[in-house]
Amino acid sequence: MTDLALRLTDVSKAFGLTRIISGVNLDVAKGERHAIIGPNGAGKTTLFNLISGRFLVSSGEIRLNGERIDGLPPHKINRMGLSRSFQITSIYPKLSVFENLRCALLWSMGYYYSFWTPLWIQRGLNERTDKILEDLNLTARRHTAAGLLPYADQRALEIGMTIAGGASVILLDEPTAGMSNTETDNAMELIRRVSKGKTLLMVEHDMKVVFDLADVITVLVYGRVIASGPPHEVRANAAVQEAYLGALVAA
Amino acid sequence: MSGTRSTQSAIWTVALLVAMLMPWLFYNYHTGRHSGFVVSMLSQMGMMSILALSYNMLLGQAGLFSFCHATFFGVGGYATIHFLNMAGDGGLPVPMELIPILSGLSGLGLAIVFGYMATKQRATAFAMITLGIGELMTTAALSFHHFFGGEGGVNANRMIGHSLFGLKYASAVQVYYLILAWVVLATLAMFFLTQTPLGRMANATRDNFERAQFMGYDPRMVRFLQFALSGFFAGIGGGLYAITYEIVTFDALAAPLSANALLMAYIGGSAVFGGPLLGAVLITLLQSGVSLLSNSWLVYVGVLFITMVMFAPNGIMGLVLAHRPVARAGLMGQLALPYLRVILPGLLMVLGFVGLVELTSFLTIGAAQGRTLVLFGNRIDVHALLPWLISAVLLFGGGFWFRVEARAFHRVWERLMAEVAPARALA
Repeated sequence: MTDLALRLTDVSKAFGLTRIISGVNLDVAKGERHAIIGPNGAGKTTLFNLISGRFLVSSGEIRLNGERIDGLPPHKINRMGLSRSFQITSIYPKLSVFENLRCALLWSMGYYYSFWTPLWIQRGLNERTDKILEDLNLTARRHTAAGLLPYADQRALEIGMTIAGGASVILLDEPTAGMSNTETDNAMELIRRVSKGKTLLMVEHDMKVVFDLADVITVLVYGRVIASGPPHEVRANAAVQEAYLGALVAA
Repeated sequence: MSGTRSTQSAIWTVALLVAMLMPWLFYNYHTGRHSGFVVSMLSQMGMMSILALSYNMLLGQAGLFSFCHATFFGVGGYATIHFLNMAGDGGLPVPMELIPILSGLSGLGLAIVFGYMATKQRATAFAMITLGIGELMTTAALSFHHFFGGEGGVNANRMIGHSLFGLKYASAVQVYYLILAWVVLATLAMFFLTQTPLGRMANATRDNFERAQFMGYDPRMVRFLQFALSGFFAGIGGGLYAITYEIVTFDALAAPLSANALLMAYIGGSAVFGGPLLGAVLITLLQSGVSLLSNSWLVYVGVLFITMVMFAPNGIMGLVLAHRPVARAGLMGQLALPYLRVILPGLLMVLGFVGLVELTSFLTIGAAQGRTLVLFGNRIDVHALLPWLISAVLLFGGGFWFRVEARAFHRVWERLMAEVAPARALA
């Protein structure tokens, strides 16, 4: 099963008596771009929180590149090669854009908790940070406090911080939420560029983004997977149309 | 950026030169002596600078509210007394100049133990644990006589006869220069730490601990290491305290000193590296200077603190740095007149407030001490109505006028800020 980047087996999550996720099975192949869609409250973000270790699963098993990760804390899962972004922008608001990205590189470049390495002479690290700044079109904002960036730039930074560490599996939680059409196009272009050669799992509401970008779509309704497959199959699936897309098509 | 950096190094260099020259500005050439008061105040400023800077490794840099920072300062001090005694007996072949390293290691050792407990939590829970640790250690200092000496504390003779430079440290001014050297070393080391991966991730976990987790970092480990290292520097401060006073009592680790560390870091400005140092100098000046003039100096420190928290949460350095964009645009001149117009009523208001506080103080404590209030050579009758009336008019009249001027100032400020200023990252 080593060609699977992620495998969820019978994963469930309940908060008290409320079941949010019920017995989800999900396989994500290496290099695949996989989108999870579903109506509000379907449990998409909760599923992300389970995979990335933010929440503990109630039952079931999650494997990353064949190794079990359920029950591990987020930082250990991250070190095993999984990185995620947040639906509500999660950056370091008081640090400069440059520092935000550099922090994202530190662990993966082996600096760990070092308190004896002066950062200003780490040429490789600083050059790589600048390279990513360039990729994100944020070079002009290098010294700006991240909290003062315009919204679309913060979203780009969010994605940049997620991919910077070089994780092989990337989870993006509504990367284009709240963006205008042009901004969405730019973000899609960015995602396409930075996710090359990586496994991408994303939650997205914008159907245009989903059908343009994803190789496989999984539909989640009330914590259950009701369909999973390539875009054209999912589009044709009657259950999906009824539960989710139908409403959109009718509108 | 390079302009800012050279300005900064210029400021630091001037500050160091002033610190080095200060004892000689208060040198009495008739008696051939330095002013004892000034030298002891300067020494106190030095130790407090290290305490405040190390406290800010938690407060400003890692966003951790600790109420037990004096614990590591105090334990560094107690341990140093014992080191001095051992060295004096010939049992510890360490020269005086290096003793503070041992003090730091004592602080570090304890900070590792307590840090392991406290950093399991963050935010409020962390603060509560440190509050408990502080109280625990105060009690311990009063109970375990063998190490802490009970209420009387422990004492030593700093003339251990072992120095790298052949110095005896008999005079206070020699000790002052030893302190100054250690302040420079510790400050450089603490600044260096802010520029390392740990220092950066401390900032990151302060801003957003959850994101740091998804970058491979365990926020608890970051907190723990930062806590332990800050304990090391606090221990150095405590060591210098022990060397200076040759006696350490539980005051050196009790809650008021922890609160002082917080006060100094906050008033100086916790968002800027040098802020706490400025705060330490100012608060020590208030403590040593104003406490000679007034019984109520603590009231003034308290009011200053509340005012700063309410109106300038980034401290004095924050206020200064807020002017940077205006200064860069060369528009400081436009602020001169508005400032003058605010300062005048501000002074009247402060005068009125001080008047009321002093009158009250002389009515109660002063009377008990049998002292009378003398102003410009005139005895002032604190039971008469007039001085109270004048003070009240100054306070409220000045306050009202101040409000009007402050609004006008605010408008000028807003206009200037709109003209200049894309904001930049702080640190």
